[in-house]
Amino acid sequence: METKRTTFPNSPLPYILVAPQLIITLIFFIWPAGQAVKSSFEREDPFGLSTTFVGLLHYSRLFADPDYLAAIGRTAVFALAVTIISMGLALILAACVNRLIRSGTAYSTMLLWPYAVSPVVAGILWWFIFNSSTGILPYVLSYFGVDWNHQLNGNQAMILIIIAASWKQISYNFLFFLAGLQSVPQSLSEAAAIDSAGPWKRFWTIVFPLLSPTTFFLMIVNLNYTMFDTFGIVDATTAGGPNQATNTLVYKVYSDGYIGLNIGSSSAQSVVLMLFVIGLTIIQFRYVERRVQY
Amino acid sequence: MVRLSLAALALALTSSTAFAQTEVTWWHAMGGELGEKLEEIVATYNDSQTEYHVTPVYKGSYTETMTAAIAAFRAGEQPDIVQVFEVGTGTMMAAKGAVYPVYKLMADMGEAFDPSGFLPAVVGYYTDTDGNMLSMPFNSSTPILYYNKDVFAKAGLDPEVAPKTWEELEAFSKKIMETGAAPCGFTSGWISWAQLENFSAWHNLQIGTKENGFGGLDTELTFNGPLQAKHWGNLKTWQDSGLFQYGGPGGGADAPAKFYTQECAIYMNSSASRAGVIQNSADFEVGYGMLPYYEGTEGAPQNSIIGGATLWVLQGHDEAEYKGVADFFTYLSSAEVQADWHQFSGYLPITKAAYELGQSQGYYEANPGSDVAIKQITLNAPTANSKGLRFGNYTQIRDVIDQEFQALLAGDKTAQEALDTVVTRGNEMLREFEATNK
Repeated sequence: METKRTTFPNSPLPYILVAPQLIITLIFFIWPAGQAVKSSFEREDPFGLSTTFVGLLHYSRLFADPDYLAAIGRTAVFALAVTIISMGLALILAACVNRLIRSGTAYSTMLLWPYAVSPVVAGILWWFIFNSSTGILPYVLSYFGVDWNHQLNGNQAMILIIIAASWKQISYNFLFFLAGLQSVPQSLSEAAAIDSAGPWKRFWTIVFPLLSPTTFFLMIVNLNYTMFDTFGIVDATTAGGPNQATNTLVYKVYSDGYIGLNIGSSSAQSVVLMLFVIGLTIIQFRYVERRVQY
Repeated sequence: MVRLSLAALALALTSSTAFAQTEVTWWHAMGGELGEKLEEIVATYNDSQTEYHVTPVYKGSYTETMTAAIAAFRAGEQPDIVQVFEVGTGTMMAAKGAVYPVYKLMADMGEAFDPSGFLPAVVGYYTDTDGNMLSMPFNSSTPILYYNKDVFAKAGLDPEVAPKTWEELEAFSKKIMETGAAPCGFTSGWISWAQLENFSAWHNLQIGTKENGFGGLDTELTFNGPLQAKHWGNLKTWQDSGLFQYGGPGGGADAPAKFYTQECAIYMNSSASRAGVIQNSADFEVGYGMLPYYEGTEGAPQNSIIGGATLWVLQGHDEAEYKGVADFFTYLSSAEVQADWHQFSGYLPITKAAYELGQSQGYYEANPGSDVAIKQITLNAPTANSKGLRFGNYTQIRDVIDQEFQALLAGDKTAQEALDTVVTRGNEMLREFEATNK
């Protein structure tokens, strides 16, 4: 018995075809990442005039630094909160829109708008709404006895960036959930309905399990989003304050490296962050994927 | 090739006659009214001669401008001149291969230059241990006190008398709030600069060992003394009672609005905020005063210290460009330009000639309060505690000061705990800087 195999005997074609992708990856990902790893072992002045090898000094300092350990916990809270809130709301919205026949497109279009807003603009938008002296929400909240001042209250500052980051991500999640919902065969739901399953039960026992590939994919994307892409939002709303209450890992890389000009420590932090995300992705793919039905 | 044609295009766009001229770039951090004035000064220079063309580029805040210049230097794209704020001085001084010291530039280019014409209180800050001037002073300021005369009158206070001491300031503020003249007593920009560094100098208290860092890199912060702790403790108490309103970290972005909208009657900020204050106080009259001090403190008031920025020249350009830089610096430090800039902005006159020109013009008599800053900075001969400060990594340490002040206001720490933490964390950063620059 002969198996059918396609081979490219000694042809340069496959190499040429993958070359553009490889070159881009090398230049924009591997090379900068390598530079970060290299400078994380060095102590260098801001201008790059003198460099000394210091081994693991930056790493050992990091993990002995209570500020850094606190930033890890803080980032976990932030990432989980944003992921749960934005995915939860997006699923509700998608389920609602999915039931609409004619007006569905109009709602989808409107719900997608926040995604077109850049993180910095989104941040400034929420900064205006929550501004303690001129914002509308603190004014409304004051009638409920809430004294809103995220410039001094760390918890409120954290709530502010969670809201801003979630708001921006809902559109993205919504789009994927809606597409996922539309690919769930109607016949399954109808069959269940005949067996007298209510809408609630139908959703949780039929639709939601069938959505699990989408949910799993979005979970990874959202966690990565909050880890890396929320810099603009943090910078525009709280700049990591007050008293570091919103200084997440990615913002700390920026403030230590770019503002503080401590390139060695900042590189070590981005290497840690890189390992963290690699680890997270491996865990998710290895253990979570097995329980996901495709 | 692409870069060349891009550069040619940029030249063609910036000036039609630029092809024959040497281009000098100047990265600065002056926004708003000050930025417009700066561009006007540069335009006058460009029109006054045909050999050089200076292009000012606004790069954002002081921090952003400095980090942008450093990043550009690493990439080989640095500007000729960069404006660096005073807390970046330690970092710039340590970068010996990156900066072209001004005294050397002027000598190399054969430009006449007399450092003794500058005000000692200003130049001392930017001079190395051998007495050489490393950067060109441009805009130096010191925090002063502004107050709303209308609110003072409404509260039954004498509108011509500014509070001299913190005790008076507290009493005035209470009266202002009790009479309903304004909902808040005072606010302040730059907590780190005004309410800790200048506060220490003004009370003749040490900021750090080794003459506040002038004496060497092995300096340690010491501004966690009892008086500083008492002051921060008071600020917390006053914040709780509404007497004081916090304007935010760094420069205190929310502080100006609190004063302009007449919410807070008294406002402490840079003397260079004067241009903004004048422009935004159409509805009320502004009074000026020196910083307050605590009654009965020995040696207070001493003298305040400067902030603001100087111009650093970066290495890596052609001699033709450096000739242009030297020529431009001579223009920039001329008495006419300096007096104009100082009188417009509220920055200190940095040369004696500029100050004397202002006096002979009768400017200070016609504009009461405009000489508060210079009087305050020269009130007494500076002591080792009050001649300034020079610390490495100070941009980061300023952030730490803001963070701990926020922890104090949030009630997480007492004033002493907050200041002790600033000193501990700050000293770690100083050791790091010392190790990097050995």
